[in-house]
Amino acid sequence: MSNTGQGAATARRVRKRPADQAFRGITTGAGVLILVVLAGVAAFLLIEAWPSFVAPAEEIPGEGGLVLYIWPLVFGTLLASVLALVIAAPLAVLIALFITHYAPRKLAQFLGYVVDLLAAVPSIIYGLWGFTVLAPATRGPAEWLHEYLGFIPLFAGPPSTTGRTMLTTALVLAVMILPIVTAVIREAFLQTPKLHEEASLALGATRLEMIRMAVLPFGSSSIISGSMLGLGRALGETMAVAIVLSASGGVTFNLISSGNPATIAANIALEFPESSGVAIDTLIASGLVLFAITLVVNMIARAVINRRTDFSGAS
Amino acid sequence: MSTTTSPPTPTESVEPPNGTKSLVRGTLPRWASWGVLGAAAVLAALIARLLGFGVAPFVLLTAVLYAVGISGWSRWIEGGRKATDRAFTAVVTSAFLLALTPLVSVVVTVISKGLDRFDGRFFTYSMRGVVGDGGGAYHAIMGTLITSGLATLMSVPIGLATAIYLVEYGHGRLARAITFFVDVMTGIPSIVAGLFAYALFALVFGPGTVNGFAGAVALSVLMIPIVVRSSEEMLKIVPDDLREAAFALGTPKWKVVLRVVLPTAVAGISTGVTLAIARVVGETAPLLIATGATGSTNLNPFSGQMATLSVFSYYEYASPGVPIDPSLDRAWTAALTLMLIVMVLNLVARSISLLFAPKAGR
Repeated sequence: MSNTGQGAATARRVRKRPADQAFRGITTGAGVLILVVLAGVAAFLLIEAWPSFVAPAEEIPGEGGLVLYIWPLVFGTLLASVLALVIAAPLAVLIALFITHYAPRKLAQFLGYVVDLLAAVPSIIYGLWGFTVLAPATRGPAEWLHEYLGFIPLFAGPPSTTGRTMLTTALVLAVMILPIVTAVIREAFLQTPKLHEEASLALGATRLEMIRMAVLPFGSSSIISGSMLGLGRALGETMAVAIVLSASGGVTFNLISSGNPATIAANIALEFPESSGVAIDTLIASGLVLFAITLVVNMIARAVINRRTDFSGAS
Repeated sequence: MSTTTSPPTPTESVEPPNGTKSLVRGTLPRWASWGVLGAAAVLAALIARLLGFGVAPFVLLTAVLYAVGISGWSRWIEGGRKATDRAFTAVVTSAFLLALTPLVSVVVTVISKGLDRFDGRFFTYSMRGVVGDGGGAYHAIMGTLITSGLATLMSVPIGLATAIYLVEYGHGRLARAITFFVDVMTGIPSIVAGLFAYALFALVFGPGTVNGFAGAVALSVLMIPIVVRSSEEMLKIVPDDLREAAFALGTPKWKVVLRVVLPTAVAGISTGVTLAIARVVGETAPLLIATGATGSTNLNPFSGQMATLSVFSYYEYASPGVPIDPSLDRAWTAALTLMLIVMVLNLVARSISLLFAPKAGR
């Protein structure tokens, strides 16, 4: 884009037109406005959450103080999201490989389109599906896990009778973030230099060896960044969790029982319409914590992506 | 390609005299994968019949038997490397099919359950005074159109102007900061955007101000970064030759941008905007907090709570009426309507970019 810059410089040297100045001002203003909005999100949340910081511990819901209220929610949020990512990320890599390197070309284009479409399906639909279809379907497997793997704390049980457990929630979240993670990774795999692939095939590599030598090294950072974006999605996911998870608070790694920690976002959605006063301020404070967590995750993801652009630009 | 393609007997083509290793190994016949798959399916069906399995374990068993069978056969004829490759192909394909299952299930469930109430009444009646059966989502559909429309009206000018700044003017630290924070902004959880709108309106108009416009503000927080990102990409691929030609004719910069750059990129930008609308039209959480819900038709976004399709669907599920089925039917039909809107918007976006896109250079 250096040419545009020179063009602009020449235009200014000739004559400063008021219309030009105004246009530049308007567009710059829009850019600055975005920064202001982002700062505003943090500032307004902070202002509205402030009363809960200074309120005595008894006035916070649960009467244990702010930290005690938010900590189990943070735990539940992280548990559900990380679990979802552990399920979704390896699948996403394999699906991206299938679409880019295994499926016939015509089919691959169509599949890519379907993946994009699924990424746009509203979260409430996944929530209703998880509640109606997936939760009952997990009852049998959950009982099996409890019976044979019950010695692992994750499956200590007793298994929930509704299936609305942390395990189901993580599965729904995994299904939801699968399209977006796949889309990011597929994009990177498509950009693998054709010459590298052909060179390794010409040297006698099998398709798997070609993928390990040419495709994965090129796409490794995109796998990380795609996963981080997916993690960010899962952390902030509200409605699906609110519908699927039957939360009762508390901190536990037990994935299949009926007592599950809630997540921040789902807790806000469930409690907000019926809350008032300090309870609302407390919910906003928990939203602020969620904002901070997703901000950190996304910043890491972006840093990884930017490093990759620098790298691939240089090579 | 001098290797035999017909099924070789190992002794005749692979095994050289005196036990020295040959450079040529056999290959499996072309029908090998399908043959093994068929055999695996038959075997799995037999085992499933014997042990009384359901459909899911049968499919799983077929996949495992296939992977073991094909890689075992291949290891015998073709050697270890090819065998690993064939096993991995099986893994990749089954992973894809595994992931497809829930996604297909989602679509099938929504369509089959949503069609029950997908009738004229649903689209022409509100929920005012409705108890039990009947009623519709007219008020919610209007609310969704109004909030998404307002959000689009706010997001497109801001997003587009920012993209123009980033591509045509920005080179310094400010541009880098904006790029970075726009990227960060794409990751804001939707519920946080809702809380932001709620907090903003509570501070400006007094506590508890909940209306359609607040919801639109929340949606545009989510929408702006998407618009900026896609428009920026589209403006970047406008060839510099066009700009330079216009400058050479003495055109002022603002005119170059408005008359040359934007018209060239308009197809791509409209595609991006349509996809952005599709992203926010199904949002539930921010509207739940900032817009609220009501059973009556409220077309004024600046006063009073407003129903929207996604929130309507959620409340019909979360707090159903006394016979529970009519409410759940309405929830599913609302979900189906929402999905259709999203699909149509995606198709529109796709066709815009197909119909109007300039032919690719290579």
